Amino acid sequence: MTLKDQLDKIRQERKEDIKDVVDLKKLDSLRVELLGKKGPITQALRGMRDLPADERPSFGQFANSVRDELQGAIETRREELKKQLLNKQLEHEKIDVTLPGKPVAQGQPHVIQQIIDQIEDLFIGMGYQVLSGPEVEEDKYNFEMMNLPKDHPARDMQDTFYITKEILMRTQTSPMQARTLEKHDFSKGPLKMISPGVVYRRDTDDPTHSHQFHQVEGIVIDKHITMADLKGTLELIAHELFGDRFDIRLRPSYFPFTEPSVEADITCFNCGGKGCAVCKYTGWIEVLGAGMVHPNVLNMAGVDSEVYGGFAFGLGPDRFAMLKYGVDDIRNFYLNDVRFLTQFSKKG
Amino acid sequence: MKISYSWLQEYLDIQVSPKDLAEKIERSSVEVDSVTQPSDGLKKIVVGKIVSMEPHPDSDHLKVCSVDVGDDELSQIVCGAPNVAADKKVIVALPGSRIGGNVKIKRSKMRGVVSNGMICALDEIGFSKDVVPKEWADGIYFLPEDAKVGEPVFPYLGMDDYLIDVDVTPNRGDMLSVYGVARDVGAIYGQTPKLNHPQVEEVSSLAADKVSLDVDQELAPIYTMRIVENVKIQPSPVWLQIKLWNAGIRPINNVVDVTNYILLKYGQPLHAFDYGKVSGSTIKARYAQKGEKLTTLDEAEHELSERDIVIADDQKPIALAGVMGGLNSEIDEQTTTVAIESAVFTPTLIRKTAQRQNLHTDASQHFERGVDRGGVEEAVNAAAQMMHELADGDILKGIVTGATYDVKDEVVSVTLSRVNHVLGTALTLDQVTDIFKRLGFGVQVDGETYTVSVPSTRWDIHIPADLLEEVARIYGYDNIPSTLPSGPTTIGALTEKQKLIRDSRRVLEALGLNQAISYALTTKPKASQFMMRESAVTELSWPMTADHTTLRMNLISGLLDDVAYNNARRVKDVALYEQGRVFYKDSADQVRPSEHEHIAGAVSGQLVVDPLKNAKNNAIDFYQLKGIVEKYLDNLAINGEVEFVATDRYPEMHPGRTADIQIHGHYVGFIGQVHPSVAEMYKINQTYVFELDLDALIEMPKDMNQFEPISKYPVITRDVALLVDKSVTNAQVLAQIEKKGGAYLKSVELFDIYDGKNLPGGKQSLAYTLTYQNPNATLTDDEVNQAFEKVQSTLTNELGAEIR
Ligand SMILES: [Zn+2]
Repeated sequence: MTLKDQLDKIRQERKEDIKDVVDLKKLDSLRVELLGKKGPITQALRGMRDLPADERPSFGQFANSVRDELQGAIETRREELKKQLLNKQLEHEKIDVTLPGKPVAQGQPHVIQQIIDQIEDLFIGMGYQVLSGPEVEEDKYNFEMMNLPKDHPARDMQDTFYITKEILMRTQTSPMQARTLEKHDFSKGPLKMISPGVVYRRDTDDPTHSHQFHQVEGIVIDKHITMADLKGTLELIAHELFGDRFDIRLRPSYFPFTEPSVEADITCFNCGGKGCAVCKYTGWIEVLGAGMVHPNVLNMAGVDSEVYGGFAFGLGPDRFAMLKYGVDDIRNFYLNDVRFLTQFSKKG
Repeated sequence: MKISYSWLQEYLDIQVSPKDLAEKIERSSVEVDSVTQPSDGLKKIVVGKIVSMEPHPDSDHLKVCSVDVGDDELSQIVCGAPNVAADKKVIVALPGSRIGGNVKIKRSKMRGVVSNGMICALDEIGFSKDVVPKEWADGIYFLPEDAKVGEPVFPYLGMDDYLIDVDVTPNRGDMLSVYGVARDVGAIYGQTPKLNHPQVEEVSSLAADKVSLDVDQELAPIYTMRIVENVKIQPSPVWLQIKLWNAGIRPINNVVDVTNYILLKYGQPLHAFDYGKVSGSTIKARYAQKGEKLTTLDEAEHELSERDIVIADDQKPIALAGVMGGLNSEIDEQTTTVAIESAVFTPTLIRKTAQRQNLHTDASQHFERGVDRGGVEEAVNAAAQMMHELADGDILKGIVTGATYDVKDEVVSVTLSRVNHVLGTALTLDQVTDIFKRLGFGVQVDGETYTVSVPSTRWDIHIPADLLEEVARIYGYDNIPSTLPSGPTTIGALTEKQKLIRDSRRVLEALGLNQAISYALTTKPKASQFMMRESAVTELSWPMTADHTTLRMNLISGLLDDVAYNNARRVKDVALYEQGRVFYKDSADQVRPSEHEHIAGAVSGQLVVDPLKNAKNNAIDFYQLKGIVEKYLDNLAINGEVEFVATDRYPEMHPGRTADIQIHGHYVGFIGQVHPSVAEMYKINQTYVFELDLDALIEMPKDMNQFEPISKYPVITRDVALLVDKSVTNAQVLAQIEKKGGAYLKSVELFDIYDGKNLPGGKQSLAYTLTYQNPNATLTDDEVNQAFEKVQSTLTNELGAEIR
């Protein structure tokens, strides 16, 4: 057998061996064995000097090709083995992706807060300011300047927590109408504001009554504000809070501080307007009161009702939340059962 | 008030169903609570005639009746009513019928005798006991002779009528009468209601000879009376009774019923006195005198106040004016002469009296809302004429008048452009004229100005805005367009304060706390707990319940109530915060408290709950909550150092686990564990809380320039472990390190704390990593070593630390 034949035999046999190796370490020792200083190729190259000079270049070329081939085979095998190993490891690392995620601490805004924030954002986008007023109010602002003098029968509509004869827990956010009207400088432009906050009534707490609840007051006063503007604004609130398919219906009502006064009903969320027990088979649910600001309210606040006018509305976030989520007991909002609070995801 | 659909039909030609009419009323006039038919829920209740009757073999009081119910054969029905009698037409509930209270009637046996249904009393077919006439209260009802056997009973009792229950707003007192509703419905449909007006048939003797009136016009702007003699008291005819009971009023007798009928029809409260029981011949309307008492028709005795108005004879009060008559002048079966009072009383006085005496009657409710001052005379005439017709009374000549004045139309002007300007409409001159005319208003048009004469039937209208409302509602709110305010642009944005409040909420939520909204009114002891400053309490003058009497001066107590509510329901893990107002008074003399925004938190149990068994169950502790507060304050970027200073000054807090929180040396709140005995009082588990003065945090200057370039030079760290007395605090160590740290000490971090075994008694081991960096150059080890040595020696010298 010539040297070349020997080498060729090694190439063929050992290439098979390389393919059979199943372990990276063994592959490594095989590499040393084949390609190392004591390996057959090195040996063969060393034995080249015994060859005739004219054969040497071609043998050398051949030997190098054998070495490259084996080396290539080893590398290929090494990649294969590594990949196998990794796959095995990955298989070993397999987890149950259906196990629960690790809990993290995250709190939620109160559902009423969510509604108030939503209303605030809507009106801020339309150029309204957000103002907050005192919860302990003067009779003057809560009633008198809202066109409810001391003996006015409508005062009976709102049972009041008095602190003294003149100081009370505000029964509505409407006093902020009077307070802002008094201060607003109309030479600087129209008054457009909403005022959210807590109000109080001398009521016994039950599923539909709470001695503490929330209101959002809104008022727009300028030289040309119409009832149609009020209607459009109320429709916008309904669409923002409940969805576009909800309509608004206005009905005559009575508030001492607006004239004309209306109550706004919204399409019954429960039956979509077809009529059901929730809406007493009318298809409508009362959600807020509104109207054109009474000239007395403007005049008492020092605003010329001949020149300026506009609308005001008051809505109840508690009621909105009850309607939107079907909460059947208003007390839930103030007892703060964690199981209740954490139900209302911000998206809504 | 329940308005009868069929009664309205007497004056109007209504082409729509009761339900549609109600909807129209609701959209145009006043709210409608319900539309009902008294026969709702009832079926198979028919007219029966008792043909014969015999005693029940096994009962003393039961009778076995043979009843003709229109079938081929007579029905055998057992009846126990005391007044059951042969030949009477009665109300029969057939087998398979449904009577009042949703009760089903079946063929049954009563003491062994078959009964094919039931003979009914009025209250058994849905009548409220309050409206059943006394004569029918204790037995079955007899239908009129001409009632058709086998037919449903409902038409004979007015139960097939529809009742529209209107919820009248305070301004629309005119809608508290059938005439008032007829006028408004007429306006809506463009019809003039055909209202009838009484012709009084008087006898020749003069009423003024019988009675004279002495009236304080301040109390009763209008006070009139008619006298009807020789009345025969008896039950009213059925048609009248039906009108009353369908309106929820019990028929009493022909005289009293007439006054109630007139109230329903005209909205004018009347009162009928038994003239024979009046002492003297002068009737006064005056304030009650001190010590006077009056027993009203409901047999309740009232101690009268000097602000109550009474009607009195020359000796005693005989009625609580405008509210209820006195028992001492009640119409009874012996009454022969009736004095009919038709008056207008001052609304506020009536309202006050009704409140004071806690006696709210139909009459008082009408007077409180006002009555048609132009209709007083017609009402008394109509009543007198009816007493003539129904009770054979003789109407004495003339109306006796104690007080009156000339009631005029209210004249109000408005322009068409004003109407369209305010409503956002494009109505024409004629459209608006038509609306005013439909409402029965007089109208003169001059150019585009309307001069509108409003009759006294609409006493709520005084100013142009009132007319605008009339136009809007009759034109229809549905027809008004929808637009948004136009005009100059305004800027809408939250103020800095509002943004910080919103941010505060978001940060605390991100840190794991749920927003709570608790009651601001609480008990006095709770209101006064966890106080951040001294303050007098603000108490309600007339609270509703003992639980809500005083305005809170802290938020924590409310949160602890919330924790208690949760703990009581086996919810152990509670993490809450609240942002809201507390109410302070500098002294008890201060009338109105000042209001301050606070923000507070309460955490009980675990903040993060991992139900897996191998997960660490870490109940909240001081440091976890402190971490939350630190992170929150960090987010606010307040300029200044935050310090936690141990304190035992809050009686409701754990004396060893509470710290005042100071920023830049200013007190802003506190944090710590609720005192175990306070926790026990609230019935809560171990709970950690904090409360911060949010107003103060908002006011404090903020770190506006927070950017610091990231140094490209390396940091060098050194660790130091010290053995110090347990009384040495972390803050003290940090203060020493920072004092001697040198220019390049960038940060110090506690990384180990140990006070367990293997340490000498009273000692603890603290270990810190000190990080050095020169922002402008690479630090050398030598520089760091020098600085580090200074730190070590100061710790040894100042705190007696043993460096380990
Ligand atoms: Zn519905």
